[in-house]
Amino acid sequence: MVEKALISGNEAIGYGAIYADCTHYFGYPITPQNELIEFMAREFPELGRTFVQAESEFASINMVCGAALTGVRAMTSTASTAFSLMQEGISGIASMELPCVIVDVQRGGPGAGSTQHSQMDYLLATRCAHGGYKNIVLAPFSAQEGFELTQLAFYLADKYRIHVILLSDGLLGQMYESVELKKLEFPPLPGKDWAMKGCAAHNYERTFIHNAPGIIGSYYDFMKRSKEKYERIKEEEVRYETYEIEDADIVLVSYGSTARAAMEAMYRARKEGIKAGLFRPITLWPFPREAINKMTEDKKNFLVVEDCMGQMIEDVELAVEGNAVINLVGSMDRNLPTGSGMILSKKVLEKIKSFG
Amino acid sequence: MRCTNEEVISASPLRVFCILLLEEDVLQREVSKGRKMEDNNKDLRRLISGRPKCFMIAGSPLCAGCQHGTISRIIGEVIDDLGIVGKTIAVGGVGCHSMLVMSASKFDLTTALHGRAPALGTGIKRGTDGKAIVFTLQGDGDLAAIGMGDLINATVRGEKLTTIFFNNAGYGTTGGQMAPTTLIGQTTTTTPSGRSPDTGGFPIHVAELMAGLAGVAYSARCAVNTIAQYKRTKKAVRTAFQKQIDNIGYGFVEILSACPPLLKMRPTDARKWFEKHMFAEYPLGEFKNVDETKIQYQVET
Repeated sequence: MVEKALISGNEAIGYGAIYADCTHYFGYPITPQNELIEFMAREFPELGRTFVQAESEFASINMVCGAALTGVRAMTSTASTAFSLMQEGISGIASMELPCVIVDVQRGGPGAGSTQHSQMDYLLATRCAHGGYKNIVLAPFSAQEGFELTQLAFYLADKYRIHVILLSDGLLGQMYESVELKKLEFPPLPGKDWAMKGCAAHNYERTFIHNAPGIIGSYYDFMKRSKEKYERIKEEEVRYETYEIEDADIVLVSYGSTARAAMEAMYRARKEGIKAGLFRPITLWPFPREAINKMTEDKKNFLVVEDCMGQMIEDVELAVEGNAVINLVGSMDRNLPTGSGMILSKKVLEKIKSFG
Repeated sequence: MRCTNEEVISASPLRVFCILLLEEDVLQREVSKGRKMEDNNKDLRRLISGRPKCFMIAGSPLCAGCQHGTISRIIGEVIDDLGIVGKTIAVGGVGCHSMLVMSASKFDLTTALHGRAPALGTGIKRGTDGKAIVFTLQGDGDLAAIGMGDLINATVRGEKLTTIFFNNAGYGTTGGQMAPTTLIGQTTTTTPSGRSPDTGGFPIHVAELMAGLAGVAYSARCAVNTIAQYKRTKKAVRTAFQKQIDNIGYGFVEILSACPPLLKMRPTDARKWFEKHMFAEYPLGEFKNVDETKIQYQVET
């Protein structure tokens, strides 16, 4: 029998980490991800795993870097403002090609913004910090999916020796849902013979993993390796889901918690005789560009639903290559003009009806 | 600044700063060109010849008159003496200080972002379940400016790490700017008329600061300008590693050194400047050496 639990989206990610055999968690409190760090503080030591509360996100991301260097499964979680703080560390992790998982439970911005939900980190998560590296970005839209994508994130991180961003949001994090707790099975992974454990572990040959590919060793080799890796990920790891897309005249494109409002609006539109469908990217990088492009053969109306001033819409624009009309339901369409305002299905439905 | 080999060698009584890791025959040739060694000076002979077992033969990336070579050598000798090469992991900060260890060490090594070495070291220590011996190499920009929070909080968390702090009173790698450790009145490229307390503040005394923190088991300030100081420094570095090996607490050693390019001086003049001014601001000594960390007060739960 599969264990079921009524848990928040944040806790679901915590359970995902446990089921993925993540052994090291480093974090710093920030709203709206606090349930996650508290969950880890409660559960990890009991399981004999490592929990460390860092003094800042500068430190927590670099602790993740250090732990990942030794080959263990390590993760951290944070929210928007501190996700910005982590960027240098994440770039460092990219330069060392270390597998790890970074959870961003998005809150409002810019600056301290709000402590509540938003989807304003899309571009930061998918376009990354300095240095032109790439990372896989996974976006769950339910607690169940958060639980499962966390497990997938660790698998993909180890498969490609890359860091994975799990892009959640405040709404999803605070939402309580029933989750089936089940360990996912993945194909076998290569061993981590590159990991740093002291040179005795490698027959007294030193391991030197550094963050300066352009100073030490061959920059060209690093870039070539990275490029090949990114191409392989783009080839093999694009994930998305479609709903009622076959006969749709208007396609909603939405990810994360906002996709829930979009889905409801889509079904309400169908009841009213409007042929609407929903396209939900699960990997934000690699973005399902080809799948969207293919849709433009017979679909010319796209409505992007995201809780920001328009970020993912840029990827959709690139995908359709000018072959479709794109409208946006964004933060300006929240039911309240405040930090706690939300994009509701009613507004999305209005936008579907008035599309053009 | 171009310096002759003779000048480099005569910049220090140890005469090993930049030729430390050259092959034996090259080394002997350099020495014979410089100054006639007194046959009875065994210490000097020992210091000049060979290299730590945990170092490979490598060209020195350091400038003429730089004392980081000597400090690096001490670290290597201590690791040899303690027999921990197989489980040592070094974390190099950003700056010249880790360059020699980086090019020569046989033990595992990684690099941290600017100032983040104690945080990275924490991750490594925890990732290896406390089994690895982890030490950080940090300069005064890396440690005392951008990385001060990381260092102090590593001790606050009670990490069992060792930090070797290279204090040369300025930023060497970036071309000679002011560091938190720059002396009052000292000219740098960002204090062209000398560091003024009004606008540039005061030199920071990290070894004393560390001694005041509960998680620190050992804190000392040393130098490497004479053979006697070299020996003291080696002892201090060894103790700082031992505190980690014995799982007592944080081990910290600040080592003063001269940086001729920073001072815009020839190696010999830089050493004179160093001896005249650095000791006046930064007293040498052991500021803390305890065998257990102390709990002041505990709430009963």
